[in-house]
Amino acid sequence: MNLDMEIKGLNFYYAGKHMVLHNINLEIYKNTVTALIGPSGCGKTTLLRCFNRMHDLYPGNKYEGEIIFQGRNILTKETDLIDLRSRIGMVFQKPTPFPMSIFDNVAYGLRLRGIRKKSILSEKVEHALKQSAIWEEVKDKLHESAYALSGGQQQRLVIARALAVEPEALLFDEPTSALDPISTAKIEELIEGLKENVTIIIVTHNLQQAARISEWTGFLMLGELVEFDRTEKIFTVPKEKLTEDYVTGRFG
Amino acid sequence: MAIAIKREAADVKRRPPIFRRDPLDILFYAVTALAAMAVVAVTLGIFYILVRESYPAIKKFGVFGFIVSKEWDPYREVFGAATNLFGTAVATCLSLIIAIPVALGIAIFVTEIAPDFLKGPIGAAIELLAAIPSIIYGIWGFFTLAPIMSAHIEPFLMNTLGRLPLVGPLFQGTPMGIDLLTASVILSIMIIPFTASISRDAFNLTPEIVKESAYAVGATRWEVVKNVVIPYSRLGIFGGVALSLGRALGETMAVAFVLGNNHQITTSLFDAAATITVTLANEFTEASTKTYLSSLFYLALLLFVLSFAILAVAKIFLVRYEKKNPREQ
Repeated sequence: MNLDMEIKGLNFYYAGKHMVLHNINLEIYKNTVTALIGPSGCGKTTLLRCFNRMHDLYPGNKYEGEIIFQGRNILTKETDLIDLRSRIGMVFQKPTPFPMSIFDNVAYGLRLRGIRKKSILSEKVEHALKQSAIWEEVKDKLHESAYALSGGQQQRLVIARALAVEPEALLFDEPTSALDPISTAKIEELIEGLKENVTIIIVTHNLQQAARISEWTGFLMLGELVEFDRTEKIFTVPKEKLTEDYVTGRFG
Repeated sequence: MAIAIKREAADVKRRPPIFRRDPLDILFYAVTALAAMAVVAVTLGIFYILVRESYPAIKKFGVFGFIVSKEWDPYREVFGAATNLFGTAVATCLSLIIAIPVALGIAIFVTEIAPDFLKGPIGAAIELLAAIPSIIYGIWGFFTLAPIMSAHIEPFLMNTLGRLPLVGPLFQGTPMGIDLLTASVILSIMIIPFTASISRDAFNLTPEIVKESAYAVGATRWEVVKNVVIPYSRLGIFGGVALSLGRALGETMAVAFVLGNNHQITTSLFDAAATITVTLANEFTEASTKTYLSSLFYLALLLFVLSFAILAVAKIFLVRYEKKNPREQ
């Protein structure tokens, strides 16, 4: 099993607050789905946002420790955040299409990278839309506003936008929390298919979702990683009492 | 609780909603309704008076004839609106051209770039700028800005832009400082706070999560502003510009000091001109004859209709825009 990302002794502080992540140690394997679960406020989203340095958008946040991605520590000052974020994409809780056409949404990241040629753009946009299983639904209205799509379609469009720049990893922050069950099922199916090409880390509130789609699961509580193991172990024979209580619904 | 709800329900059934049993409620209804009606009545009243008073001039000069006529001769009693409309149009457009980029720059800086400790003071400064009475802008324009324009800025423009083909003629002539350009600059300073603060509020409405997703595909700050924040706030920016346009159209005192009030249509921005508002302010006291006075009312009527039309077009545009691009949620 190939290692894709290694988190060593990660501490994280929000501006002006005390430590919110304590000494996180975690290994993420290539072409797998890793789920991060835990009660609200446990720090799972905070951890996810460390992986593409999203916290850098707001002044005063501080990291300690190391996140080794492809042999390099991405928490150093020298890291090119633009490059990092095109290698590690992100999908959010709510669909976030940009105020432009469906085509332009997917082509956005490509254009940022200076790709202007119409034929290359069309080809890559089509490929990304097919990968995210939405091509059939939008192929006749690529130049209509992305807002005309339903919530579930918008979320798959946003996934296509993240895929278009061919990232090596994708971060999902509760991607189905705003969607109905059918749209949720489509996104889950999609995520399973995507891991052939990308490594996936997903934060979810939905334990069944974690059990359904992930190979690895990390359980966080109060900013600490309580347990990290194969998903079936976490859900059937967890080592920690806390994990057992959480996955059996004794609190949450 | 249950009993109270029952009683209320019974009351609602018994009476139509307007007639509450409480006399204070009736009074409240009457007062608010009266206030709302008063607005409509005053607007219609002003319109009626403008039409009535300008009627002699309308009869004498016609509608089209008045609008296109460049004459403004109190001695021969021949009047036309063209010079005033020209001054109003040029000063308004030019001030918007100067103000919009600056205002957007301010708004972008305050919302997206400035560190937190700077946001408050800059916001307060913008609001303060909006609170300065226009007469003060006028005095400042006359005593400070006009000499600077005349001594430095206009000669500079004359030697640079004035030499270019096409736009050259705009920047030729005598740089007196009391002219269309100075008036437009003053106007632009006056409308910048409006455009800036409305644009800032619009920018702030861009959901954080949408901005973050642009950063998440590797956009820089400028790219996020250009591709997400500004398109997302188009409506708000448009509203700010429409409001500024209204204010620029109607502004009088600040412009009166530096425009020179000369009824002419010129090719150079260094020439004095007249706007509708300045003509009205300057000449009402001199209007000795019935035709003269009536023509001034006619000008006022034009301004009234013009402002109303611009507002209406802006509204229609906004409604159609909103229908075509439904916002998320």
